[in-house]
Amino acid sequence: MELINLAIKAIFIENMALAFFLGMCSFLAVSKKVETANGLGLAVVFVLTIVTPINALIQNYLLEEGALTWALGAEKAAEIDLSFLGFIAFIATIAAVVQIVEMTIDRFSPALYAALGVFLPLIAVNCAILGSSLFMVQREYDVLQSLVFGFGSGVGFWLAIIALAAIREKLKYSNVPPGLRGLGITFITTGLMSLGFMIFGGIQL
Amino acid sequence: MKFLRDALHKLEPLFLEGGKLEKAYPLFEAADTFLFTPGQKTRSGPHVRDGLDLKRTMIMVVIALIPATLFGMWNVGFQFQRATTDWGLGPGDASHLEALLYGALRFLPIYAVTIVVGGTLEAIFAAVRKHEINEGFLVTSLLFPLTLPPDIPLWQVAIGIAFGVVVGKEVFGGTGMNILNPALTARIFLYFAYPGDISGDRVWISGSYAQDWIDGATGATPLGYFFGNGNNMAGMQDTLQISWMDAFMGWIPGSIGETSTLACLIGAAILIFSGIGSWRIMLGCLFGMCGLTVLLNALSSDPTHYASIGPAWHLVVGSFAFGSVFMATDPVSAAQTNLGRWIYGFMIGALTVMVRVLNPAYPAGIMLAIIFMNVFAPLIDYYVTKANIKRRKVRLELQ
Repeated sequence: MELINLAIKAIFIENMALAFFLGMCSFLAVSKKVETANGLGLAVVFVLTIVTPINALIQNYLLEEGALTWALGAEKAAEIDLSFLGFIAFIATIAAVVQIVEMTIDRFSPALYAALGVFLPLIAVNCAILGSSLFMVQREYDVLQSLVFGFGSGVGFWLAIIALAAIREKLKYSNVPPGLRGLGITFITTGLMSLGFMIFGGIQL
Repeated sequence: MKFLRDALHKLEPLFLEGGKLEKAYPLFEAADTFLFTPGQKTRSGPHVRDGLDLKRTMIMVVIALIPATLFGMWNVGFQFQRATTDWGLGPGDASHLEALLYGALRFLPIYAVTIVVGGTLEAIFAAVRKHEINEGFLVTSLLFPLTLPPDIPLWQVAIGIAFGVVVGKEVFGGTGMNILNPALTARIFLYFAYPGDISGDRVWISGSYAQDWIDGATGATPLGYFFGNGNNMAGMQDTLQISWMDAFMGWIPGSIGETSTLACLIGAAILIFSGIGSWRIMLGCLFGMCGLTVLLNALSSDPTHYASIGPAWHLVVGSFAFGSVFMATDPVSAAQTNLGRWIYGFMIGALTVMVRVLNPAYPAGIMLAIIFMNVFAPLIDYYVTKANIKRRKVRLELQ
């Protein structure tokens, strides 16, 4: 039950794109068509679900203060605090995992690779991915929790980006003032969408 | 009428290209087509599939809103009389003419500010961007004041409608191209920007700022009462003096035009029989609301908890009827496919109850639910259309 709550919270209440405005670059850039947005969104779900628990493992068993107890014993480990390495470790993990996942998919499932392939390297630098790892550290999730949290964040991002893409497909027929065409109106749309997502703000789970 | 037609014809060259008042053409066009049937066809949405054009569509909505407007004005006055003279005053004992007059003096300034500010912005955009002034604004400008509390400061009305018209509609290119309902965008902006004047228990009856309420009068709406006290019907009838029938008829505190479920149902009948409002959306809202309420009733073990309140009450409190009849059915921002309309309506109803019961941050939900589903309407349409295409492909290949 607690895990379901965590997932709902990550999808709706603390939506990566529309509540924290993370991952904006790909959110704005790859939302012209629903199909591609769908591909990117699914790739984000996929990567987040894999990367967040891996980073949780790294955080809990290597970086945190006293995390090395399993190797050095409690006494020595208590003196070592590697959490300053967090950023670089997480980014390296994300980049490496994305590469490995990409190659694995290419080898075993060409169809999935065709659908996700282009987006995988792109989202290695998506701040929603790093953001969810950093939230995991801040909120001290364990591995199972970060699996659910990563999945939920991904689904939230996916939902937001396909909704934006559908709106933008509709906006193609709108007579938007010339100065606002393209990114300008997309920014305004994003703002209005997050106004809609305020509906979940304040729900306590 | 002939002399009017002739006069307009005489004036026309002034406003056409090359004329002296070329820039003001939208104003001339608006006056012209308001008085006489236009010859042009509608080129952009909302599309209507019979002899009605955009103008008649919008006028029809305005007509459907008249019962709610008149009742709302009377109710503002009646609530004021209740709060200042006798808290137990029944609607039969009120002095009706005074109530109507008092309400009109509250409502008309709000309406006037909306028309002047919103209309000016609309006219400026029309002149600069060379599109017509649409009757869509008539509907927006009537809907928006009806969703406001009676004592709202007029400068807030001006800011709200400016936001609604410019950011909610004109930056997308005007009527038919917006993604959110402009009237609701205006209201939601005020709701988050100045919550003190548009939420709480003090604002729903006129006169609270002047402190001229009698002892024992409380401005809480039934919705606000449930929000604070859960399912405590006896207690509510004691303090608020409101029964289910009162809430259905609408003589309860609230925003100006939304209190009467009956007036909204009359409006719904007009909209449905004239083919303008989508009955699928309205029924969808109703089913969604009933569905989630019944589910919550079944799950709730505590009979005094908010979740135990039945669908009948959810129907008559907190603008549910007004929102689902007039706001959710906005032909531009709602879903456009038939199946999509069912889904869209159902989700609005369900989310409304979800916000009311499960979200402790906001007492009322219908406004947020409609805006949220406006955001997802294009996506619903996209997948419904896709599914249709797929089904037809399969059917064709089988034959």
